[in-house]
Amino acid sequence: MKKSAIFIILLVILSLGICGCSKDDSSQIKIGVIAELTGDIPAVGASCKNAAEMAAAEINDAGGIQLGDKKYPVKLIIEDNAGKADQSASSAQKLITQNKVVAIVGPNASRYALPAAEIAESGKVVLITPWSTAPKTTLDSKTGASKKYIFRSCFIDPFQGRVLAKFVLDNLKVKKAAVLYDVASEYNKGIAEIFKEIYEQNGGKVVAFETYTTNDKDFSSQLTKIKQTAPDIIFLPNYYSEVPLQIQQAKRLGITTPFIGSDSWGSEELIKLCGKDCNDYYFSTHYAADASTAATKKFIEDYKAKYGTTPDDVAALTYDSFGLIFQSLKTAGKNDRQAVRDALAKIPQYEGVTGNMQFKEGSGDPVKSAVILKVKDGKFTWFANAKP
Amino acid sequence: MAYLFQQALNALQLGSIYALIALGYTMVYGILTMINFAHGDLFMVGAFFCFLLAVYLKLSFVPTLLFTILGVAMLGVVIERLAYKPLRNAPRVSAIITALGVGLFLENFTLALSPYPKHIPALIEHTTWTIGTVSISSLQILIIVLSLVLMLILDFIVQRTKAGMAMRAISWDKTIVPLMGVPVNKIISLTFAIGTGLGGAAGMMYGLAYPVIDPYMGIMVGWKAFISAVVGGIGNIRGAMIGGFILGAVEIMVAAFFPSTYRDFVAFTMLFILLIVRPYGILGKPHPQKV
Repeated sequence: MKKSAIFIILLVILSLGICGCSKDDSSQIKIGVIAELTGDIPAVGASCKNAAEMAAAEINDAGGIQLGDKKYPVKLIIEDNAGKADQSASSAQKLITQNKVVAIVGPNASRYALPAAEIAESGKVVLITPWSTAPKTTLDSKTGASKKYIFRSCFIDPFQGRVLAKFVLDNLKVKKAAVLYDVASEYNKGIAEIFKEIYEQNGGKVVAFETYTTNDKDFSSQLTKIKQTAPDIIFLPNYYSEVPLQIQQAKRLGITTPFIGSDSWGSEELIKLCGKDCNDYYFSTHYAADASTAATKKFIEDYKAKYGTTPDDVAALTYDSFGLIFQSLKTAGKNDRQAVRDALAKIPQYEGVTGNMQFKEGSGDPVKSAVILKVKDGKFTWFANAKP
Repeated sequence: MAYLFQQALNALQLGSIYALIALGYTMVYGILTMINFAHGDLFMVGAFFCFLLAVYLKLSFVPTLLFTILGVAMLGVVIERLAYKPLRNAPRVSAIITALGVGLFLENFTLALSPYPKHIPALIEHTTWTIGTVSISSLQILIIVLSLVLMLILDFIVQRTKAGMAMRAISWDKTIVPLMGVPVNKIISLTFAIGTGLGGAAGMMYGLAYPVIDPYMGIMVGWKAFISAVVGGIGNIRGAMIGGFILGAVEIMVAAFFPSTYRDFVAFTMLFILLIVRPYGILGKPHPQKV
């Protein structure tokens, strides 16, 4: 008796679930978001979600997107990938087959964007990753050619690695660098290798090239090794949750060398976790909140008014990703996956809040400039621009 | 030479934290022959208690340490009463699965409160002394000394007090000892309290040494401490301490002299070999199964 009651309840729950998702609604445009809401980089996911909701609210307040002779509202379906590669892939699968979204924004970190991109490519759905800078994300793993449905709104690591290597050589004028990076993460590994290559080509020397794996907390052994080689600068192309640990441990080991970082530093969380220890260090990133154009200023003010914090690079790039999707929907004139992809691939130039993006034919990577920021009294301040 | 000395200091710091956590595994195993897989997560809860006490109540170092130990110890006792005691006579697999479940509960409960990594403020003045090329920080000394003191206290309780004698007696024989008038439930609760309390203290010290904490921090550290306990001979308290220091030393020294990518690989291979030579651990005694 009891068992059959439970069975019936289960059946009811299951059927509710099925009814809930099979309801097809063509009166709105569904866009999927995959964000790192929990896991190791939740600040990134939160920024992505905030910016996505803001972009959708703005377009819906204006009545929606004009397709043909009617305006359609945008509906967001936000999935949490929990900071896991497998969950990123399954979220993409769910958005494509169950929710039937027209396009996907996210995931942000390269190690999660890569598996989701594989699913989106085979499902023939546009995926724009706001923050994945690893070249592999938009490239076919077998042929090395560009994927057809995968785009991004950020620059790629070979460019960022070159910018940083040149910056260290030309602006900081030091020729002995050490690198400590996460060998288990796509992004960190890629940028560390590119930095080393470009730096050594241009007359610098990488005296220590040390590694660790994701979730390590103790870097004392590697840092002691680095200290032994007496570098002039230490490059940490690692995520904002790990960088403070590395810098604080280094200081406790008596290392006084300055540090430099990449766009993975660019979260307000870095300042919270690092305190004073990160002051006076430089990192490269996508945009500077304190030196910007009118459109960017408006975005920053709206975001501040809505969420109470300065938007970080993930927020700005997510907002631009939505801008790209909205524009391609308008150009395509219909709520259709293939038409959106074709329209997106033909956008020659897009003026976003993170600057001017130019897409080359057949490639999902925009050409855009980078900025170097300095951490000063617990704030990110603009220091230099780097043209593509 | 200075380099070696510096790495040895790093190893002592890491090893003393592993040893403190390993003690919790080994004490519970010794008395219940059950592996408390939630122990790594209790360690994590210790770090979060420390965070809450230090940030919201603005307590200084000593009260934070005492309340963290007390809080985690109480949580350990409650978990034992609610989750493990009803299963004491069930097959051992059920107890292990329950322990894993409790661990997942603790992780996801903390995650539900807030997914953001937290920063533990420096509760003691950070000073770094440099002698030649060797740097010693006040924190390093604190962690090593405090761990050793806690381990000495534990050793004293277990070897020299009546309660300790009862613990050793229960781990020796669970059927006869209750007949001698030993309050088994009380002693088991006490064991849990001490074991998890030490885990909590380790969580706090880990949080001070590596001040970014998150709900998943206990998983890997927990595994490593468990391995330390097995290497030292699970169930043997001095073995757990030795095991912790050995694992810390192996990890640091491998990264010091090989490419750091090989660290876990080489460290765990060495431990495998050790276990092949001495399957019952360094100080463990073989227990032949009687038919």
